[in-house]
Amino acid sequence: MTSDDGDRPYDVQPGDDVHPGKPVTVDRYTVGARINHWITAVSLVLLALSGLSMFHPSLFFLTVLFGGGQWTRAIHPWIGVVLFFSFAGLFIRFWKANLWRSEDNTWLRRIRDVLAGDEEKLPELGKYNAGQKFVFWGMSALIIILIGSGIVVWDEYFYPFTSIEQKRIAILVHAAAAVVIICVWIVHVYAAIWVRGTIGAMTKGRVTGGWAWRHHRKWLRELVGKRVVGKTSAS
Amino acid sequence: MTNSWTDIRNTDLVVIMGGNAAEAHPCGFKWVTEAKANRGAKLIVVDPRFNRSASVADFYAPIRQGTDIAFLLGLINYCMLNDKVQWDYVKTFTNASFLVKEGFTYRDGLFTGYDEQKRDYDRATWEYEIGPDGYAAVDETLQHPRSVWTLLKQHVAMYTPELVERICGTPRDKFLAVAQMVSECSSPTKTMTSMYALGWTQHSKGSQNIRTMAMLQLILGNIGVRGGGMNALRGHSNIQGLTDVGLLSNSLPGYMNLATDREPDLAAYMSTRGFRPLRPNQTSYWQNYRKFLVSFLKSMWGPAATAQNDFGFDWLPKLDVPNYDILRAFELMKQGKMTAYLCQGFNPLQAFPNKAKLVEGLSKLKLLVVMDPLETETARFWENHGIYNDVDTAAIQTEVIQLPTTCFAEDEGALVNSGRWLQWHWPGGTPPGEAQPDTWIMAQIHLRLKALYRTEGGAFPDPILNLHWPYKDPGLPTPEELTKEMNGYIVADVPDPADPAKKLLEAGKQVANFGQLRDDGSTACGCWIFAGSFTEAGNMMARRDNADPDDTGAYPNWSFSWPANRRILYNRASADINGKPWDPSRKLLEWDGQRWTGYDVPDIAPNAKPRDVGPFIMNAEGVGRLFARGMMRDGPFPVHYEPFESPVANVIAPKVRGNPVARVFADDFAQFADVASPEFPYAATSYRLTEHFHYWTKNNHVNAVLQPEFFVEISEELAKEKGVAKGGWVRVWSKRGSVFAKAVVTKRIKPMICDGKTIHIVGIPIHWGFVGAAKKGFPANVLTPFVGDANIETPEFKAFLVNLEASTGPASV
Amino acid sequence: MFPPIPNPPVAPTSPGFSDKDLIRRSASSVPAPATRQTEVAKLIDVSKCIGCKACQAACIEWNDTHQAIGVNVGVYDNPADLTPEMFTLMRFSEWENPQTNNLEWLIRKDGCMHCEDPGCLKACPAPGAIVQYANGIVDFVHDNCIGCGYCVKGCPFDIPRISKVDHKAYKCTLCSDRVAVGQGPACQKACPTQAIVFGTKDEMKEWADFRIKDLKSRGFENAGLYDPPGVGGTHVMYVLHHADKPEIYANLPRNPTISPLVELWKGVGKYVGLGVMGLAAAAAVVHHLVAGANRVSPEDEANAEKLTEGRHS
Repeated sequence: MTSDDGDRPYDVQPGDDVHPGKPVTVDRYTVGARINHWITAVSLVLLALSGLSMFHPSLFFLTVLFGGGQWTRAIHPWIGVVLFFSFAGLFIRFWKANLWRSEDNTWLRRIRDVLAGDEEKLPELGKYNAGQKFVFWGMSALIIILIGSGIVVWDEYFYPFTSIEQKRIAILVHAAAAVVIICVWIVHVYAAIWVRGTIGAMTKGRVTGGWAWRHHRKWLRELVGKRVVGKTSAS
Repeated sequence: MTNSWTDIRNTDLVVIMGGNAAEAHPCGFKWVTEAKANRGAKLIVVDPRFNRSASVADFYAPIRQGTDIAFLLGLINYCMLNDKVQWDYVKTFTNASFLVKEGFTYRDGLFTGYDEQKRDYDRATWEYEIGPDGYAAVDETLQHPRSVWTLLKQHVAMYTPELVERICGTPRDKFLAVAQMVSECSSPTKTMTSMYALGWTQHSKGSQNIRTMAMLQLILGNIGVRGGGMNALRGHSNIQGLTDVGLLSNSLPGYMNLATDREPDLAAYMSTRGFRPLRPNQTSYWQNYRKFLVSFLKSMWGPAATAQNDFGFDWLPKLDVPNYDILRAFELMKQGKMTAYLCQGFNPLQAFPNKAKLVEGLSKLKLLVVMDPLETETARFWENHGIYNDVDTAAIQTEVIQLPTTCFAEDEGALVNSGRWLQWHWPGGTPPGEAQPDTWIMAQIHLRLKALYRTEGGAFPDPILNLHWPYKDPGLPTPEELTKEMNGYIVADVPDPADPAKKLLEAGKQVANFGQLRDDGSTACGCWIFAGSFTEAGNMMARRDNADPDDTGAYPNWSFSWPANRRILYNRASADINGKPWDPSRKLLEWDGQRWTGYDVPDIAPNAKPRDVGPFIMNAEGVGRLFARGMMRDGPFPVHYEPFESPVANVIAPKVRGNPVARVFADDFAQFADVASPEFPYAATSYRLTEHFHYWTKNNHVNAVLQPEFFVEISEELAKEKGVAKGGWVRVWSKRGSVFAKAVVTKRIKPMICDGKTIHIVGIPIHWGFVGAAKKGFPANVLTPFVGDANIETPEFKAFLVNLEASTGPASV
Repeated sequence: MFPPIPNPPVAPTSPGFSDKDLIRRSASSVPAPATRQTEVAKLIDVSKCIGCKACQAACIEWNDTHQAIGVNVGVYDNPADLTPEMFTLMRFSEWENPQTNNLEWLIRKDGCMHCEDPGCLKACPAPGAIVQYANGIVDFVHDNCIGCGYCVKGCPFDIPRISKVDHKAYKCTLCSDRVAVGQGPACQKACPTQAIVFGTKDEMKEWADFRIKDLKSRGFENAGLYDPPGVGGTHVMYVLHHADKPEIYANLPRNPTISPLVELWKGVGKYVGLGVMGLAAAAAVVHHLVAGANRVSPEDEANAEKLTEGRHS
């Protein structure tokens, strides 16, 4: 990777590649990254369902999915552990591409255009836009908060190490963080649905060149440019 | 108890001293809370430890263990000096006015007649002066220089608050606060009750501890009244019954005594038991002694007991020593002179002092038979349990036989509670395994012995062969048969002297009361004081009527209270010389001009005129004794003696060691720590905890949960000095043994200043051993000295010396 | 003497702990009509308690729990704390009264206070795992308990304990099974000094007044009743000699309330939380309806092709 300011190919990641053709296809996620993502995703969904079942009485019926209340209570923290390590894998994979860039500020300022789908008015973006970065960093921070507060209230193993008052704070923080992370998840899932062509990135690992052109043009240019200069991948 | 548990609610002041009722008698203690709630009664606790009783007391005063007599004599002195005496009571109902023989003196801790070699007194001068009329001389003004009152006044004069503080360690202001509260009860309308237990008995002067309080109670006019009395809190549900039926080695049932070998026949025996009244008109009820004895002999030997053979008097054992108490028994075992021991419902390896000596004694036995519902340490004394019972099993040749018995909840019968109530109980469960009632076991032993004597003869078969055994199933006498026998029955018709055609008593019937007993062999009675408990009207002990007319606390139709269903002993003393109740609000008996009426069975002939007959009818004087004559081995007045192991010399008599007449076996003296020994600097005391009952409940899981592990209690000051942490291990040792314990470091024990010296107290609960559900631990008797009370040989468990250090616990040994 | 509770009737009675006897039920509502019965209460007179632990023994026996035999940790409290097998505990405090310089040995029977407004019930996520009967008793229904420990966080008195064996929460039931058939709780029955009495809440307050008068006459001028209003009052109350200093009784809370954190979490929190999540989802739907799908146009594809033109595939 170069240290040039501005246009350095900072967010081309291992496995990212472009395949000319009609249409152009772009490799966005490796098999490993996809498996990693889906383990995380399933964990998060299970955590949300089990967590919600203990959060609001009207959702207690969800415990049936886990074999009843006792199983739900027992399994939830273990899924949390899975999520934590799984997400840690994603973090290691994606953190560099999620570093903040100056164009992200512009993107944010023009959020109306973003929401309207008016992307021609937006700056060219790298692999992730500011919204995706928000999701990434939001998830990262919230998962740390959730695992930390979760351990404090994981009474089966950690009861003696904290006071009840600390546990009360922890469980409130845990619940609030869970609500936020579910909202982040909603944004994440919705965005994937709204922006057509996105889901394939995490299923097949590929997007079309048009998708990359429209949403992550800078990333596409970098991928193409990489081929021009014959550089190997940034790793 | 002179009174009863239920009567305690009638009191104005409860003094718990020499006991810890809330801790050791929590169920009975409810009556203290009743008195507090209903009468606004106050509770005083005097104890070396701020204990569970103190936690609910109105006033607590600390006292060094073994100094109660000094404290109590201090109270008597305070009352005498401050005119806090119930004068009418003292003058008429006590022997204050009696004159003591010339020649009686007291000096430097000793009375006239002391023989240091024999450790005994010649008690000849400890008597009343007998006047020309053959009665004791009195001076009703109490002013005579040899009147009991004058002598007592002189005797207690030295026990000033300052001396009390010096001896007992009780701060002067605290002592005076107690004295002030106690002395208020000299009013005829205020009463105080004394609740005591092993905290007074388990001393080398235990009997005198109790006597001193009894004297104070007489001076305050509190004996025989509702809410008053001397109330011994018995430690087992039936220990009162044990003494009632004469299970002590020198007793016969009903507080008669066994003959000595100087009394070879009935005439010789009776010659010292005339109980001639010492004042005119007095009842001196023991004049009926011969009736009770003959009736007892008739119950023992039935038709074989005849006037010709002194009713079988020869078949009673005769003592060659004052008594064969348990201390002596173990001494004899140790000397190899006692070789078989039948241990029934008793765990002496835990319950008697100096465990090492006990093990030595048991190891020399040829045969040990243990009858118990539970596994006991005694039955397992030969088992090695590491440091908890480090014996060489292979070297012990004793044959041990365990006979499992039923427990109280599995059999039927009566228990005598502290208040002398014989309460019938029914089985609540079925005995497990091979357990058999004690009665079955004893009957089987008897029948087999009898068969052996019959077939093989023997040195003296008569007592066994002639024993009256009238039971329907000879192999299993029923509780009903046995209690009917104790109540007494009529052996032969007795014609009415007024009308010979009528029968006064009809053969085969139960006696109605001990007044019917006769000395001609026409009545039989196993225990005269129980007469009336199982009559022709039925089993009085099984009565469960909780009606209490006028709310007096008497409950006259609940069970049976010996004697004669009397709830308060000496109850005639609840009324003044004219028979009017001292306190109309607390009326018990009243003279209506013809007879005694009221709420209780009068403790006097119902028609005995109040001015003629004194209330203390068992005493030949008819009055209560401030001066005990020669009836106590260690003095007619109590004296402060230090425990045998004492942290300070006796302030009032530095040359006197312990109780000067207490019996000490030679080897044991060598095992006492010296007075004020620097090797053993701490004053230890042993006691019970409410979570456990002696050594039984450590077998029970729940009790073991509530108090799982052996501990000792020490002050924060001592803990700091010795580097002991709360909950840490300590080692405690005396001249006789060493124990490891957890440390309970507490504010409830404080160092005391006695005679200018700081005394640290070490509290040692007794409940742990090497058998049971609780954690293995050491019993307190590893440490305690082998010496008993001078009169009745109760061991001195309450005051001895130890040393203590922080430790890493028994695992490190 | 407080009148003893009579023995139970011999004729069968209908037990008073069916669904229709509930006034509160965790994580669910109570079938109407939830009629209030006479409120019961246990009154623990600390000034009469001798710390004999008969209540603890009776509690173990009646509830058939199996508390392990522990060790001595340097105090009289055994076991050292409440456990899933020990629902009540005598807590011993040695307190030197600065006014009199006298030592006081304060012995408080700890256990569930049966709050009128129970924090455990409020915190409990499992429907019907914690119920409050119409007589005020708060009880755990173990069939419904999921072992989450939220009750522990909800409780202002640190009472519930989660079993390591069956992972369910345990605490004093105020012997709801005994009370339902007209009996007093086992501890009350076992108490030798009647430091524990049981009856209607009104009777208990009256009895407490009588005791407080007695204590005041003995110089305890701050004697009083502990029936903390912060939790709506309790169905287990204390008579304290020093009601102005409840904390000297082994840290009895001065003014217990359900923690605001718990109130926030299980009160407004759970609605706001659901609302926020619902809003997020709704916003997505609305946005999609308004903005429509963000599709890649053929121009985009063309541009991409143009960009990659001439490059190796």
